[in-house]
Amino acid sequence: MRKPETVAESVSQPVSPSSGQGSDHGITAPLTVPVEPVSEVRRFLLARGNSALADRSFSALMMTCAISIFAIVVLIATELVSQSQLSWSKVGFKFFYKFNVDPTTNLPLFWDPVNGDFYALPFLYGTLVSSLVALLIAVPLAIGVAIFLTEMSPRFLRGPLSFVTELLAAIPSVVYGLWAIFVLVPLLREHVNPVFISIFNNPTSVKLFGWTGLVGDDGLFGGVNLGLGLLASGVILAIMILPIIASLTREVMSAVPHSQREAALALGATRWEMIRIAVLRNARIGIVGSIILGLGRALGETMAVAMVIGNAAEIHRSLLSTGHSMASVIANEFSEATSDMHRSALIEIGLALFLVTILVNGLARLLVWAVTRGTPARVS
Amino acid sequence: MKAGVQQNKVRSAIRTMVDHLATGLAILATILVVAPLIAIFAYLIYKGASSLNLAFFTQIPKPIGESGGGMANAIVGSGVLLGVASLLGIPIGIGGGIYLAEFGRGTRFANAVRFTADVLNGVPSIVMGIAIYSLIVFQQKHFSALSGGVALGIMMIPTVTRTTEEMLLMVPNSIREAALGLGVPTWRSVLSITLKTASPGVITGCMLAFARVAGETAPLIFTALGNQFWSTSLNEPIAALPLQIYVYAISPYDDQHRLAWAGALVLIILIVLAVSLVRYVASRGILKGAS
Repeated sequence: MRKPETVAESVSQPVSPSSGQGSDHGITAPLTVPVEPVSEVRRFLLARGNSALADRSFSALMMTCAISIFAIVVLIATELVSQSQLSWSKVGFKFFYKFNVDPTTNLPLFWDPVNGDFYALPFLYGTLVSSLVALLIAVPLAIGVAIFLTEMSPRFLRGPLSFVTELLAAIPSVVYGLWAIFVLVPLLREHVNPVFISIFNNPTSVKLFGWTGLVGDDGLFGGVNLGLGLLASGVILAIMILPIIASLTREVMSAVPHSQREAALALGATRWEMIRIAVLRNARIGIVGSIILGLGRALGETMAVAMVIGNAAEIHRSLLSTGHSMASVIANEFSEATSDMHRSALIEIGLALFLVTILVNGLARLLVWAVTRGTPARVS
Repeated sequence: MKAGVQQNKVRSAIRTMVDHLATGLAILATILVVAPLIAIFAYLIYKGASSLNLAFFTQIPKPIGESGGGMANAIVGSGVLLGVASLLGIPIGIGGGIYLAEFGRGTRFANAVRFTADVLNGVPSIVMGIAIYSLIVFQQKHFSALSGGVALGIMMIPTVTRTTEEMLLMVPNSIREAALGLGVPTWRSVLSITLKTASPGVITGCMLAFARVAGETAPLIFTALGNQFWSTSLNEPIAALPLQIYVYAISPYDDQHRLAWAGALVLIILIVLAVSLVRYVASRGILKGAS
């Protein structure tokens, strides 16, 4: 009962003396303020400080944080460009396609730290082939999983299955690599590769398809069966990018309005026809986006690939042969690079990887956004 | 007329068959995806549990040839690196998220920042390693724990930013308006009202980012480098769990392979715990009592 009274008094105080002069206009108010004892409310407001200043500096601080994200990308780019100058100024764009030929053995020489030859072609090839193998394996499986999860799965399975895909995405690359070295590579060497070899390298298929160059000793499965190599890295990459593609595809598919599904079903479509006509057709741009995003991840994946690809800077047509990817060569050689030229060449490979992944990721994000933008938050 | 009916019957039988086939293929795909996960986990537990013992947590690696030893220095080293990373990544990430959700909502600049964060998220970690190498290690002329922590911290920023933004956007506008209506300054309303309401979700995002960089190896190879001995100094090379796993996995010694499996098991347990916690918090409703 007491408190409101005092507040009311103190508020009315500065007004009352000046009211005798008829101070309905606000002009006289500033004159009276310095003379009067400061009211409780005013003291409170003063003690709170200048909130406009605080607000402005707070918002500036938050903006700095946001700008720093830009700054990081710019900093990375400039640093990579400046550090790779040495290699760029020496060979320029030839870095990505040229190679020397060894005079004695007549074999191409791409990467020879001893003699100072640095050309990146085998790494581009290794990255491209292993990523393509990964996509070939992962895309059909991921779309199958996404279809199962959005359209077919009983409700009680949905939670655990999406948890499993999340877990797959959370396992560190180095653990995948460890598993690949001790389980996947022996498995491929003993059980999977012999099957492919017997299909691709038997005389009948050589006679029938020899003209394609994909069969026989120089074909896709020719050469020594080590287990390590492009195929092994493709398989482990596929396992790693599956969850990314699957979860994004699922997201895109659940963004397709239910009315589309109902319309297809009402026309008498079976479930598969409904999925084909209503879901896949409407979500196709987003699915392509998620595949490209998976590709971006596969291109930059380092540790697991470095552990199973075999680390040889060569180009062979066979998927069983050892190779080297852009990321894996950096991981393997960077800390041991002795010459400035070697380091600069490795950084140039890193720069190329950076630009390619930025392009690929940007494209993928645009595609995924184009589909999911404006849809209500997904119900999971 | 009759032939038509017959034809329709055949056609619908084919359609049903295709439908069943598609269902079967989808189920097969799901099984094929779940199988490697179960295989990895089963093998990891089988191999890791048999080589996990007290020495693993208390001793530093023994020289090659002697059996036994542990990864205590790597566990502590990972802790130091992740501490530095969190100090750098979490405040900047949350700040960026606050900007996107509270100040820059709908502006062109905010969209650009969001896009850049997504792109930065996709930059390969090895590239981040090179950049930090040439920024810090190359200038300082020596490998250091600090540079490794900075590399990991930068990798945390985009994840933290995006999840913070998403969580803040879920806070109902009425709460903000109520705070502002009571005369609370904007900064105070953002920090003590909006951010506090969304804090379970924001913490979840931070943990997710933490778990993700906890297993990163590539950016540490030429920043933190690794270390066979005790070290907690920020200025010296430091051991890290994923780095040690990598080194041991490609070594030819059985003893080191065992340690690698044990280390991988510890790493996975930490990450699975983080992910499960995240799911648990998310399933309870991110903003309890807010809406």
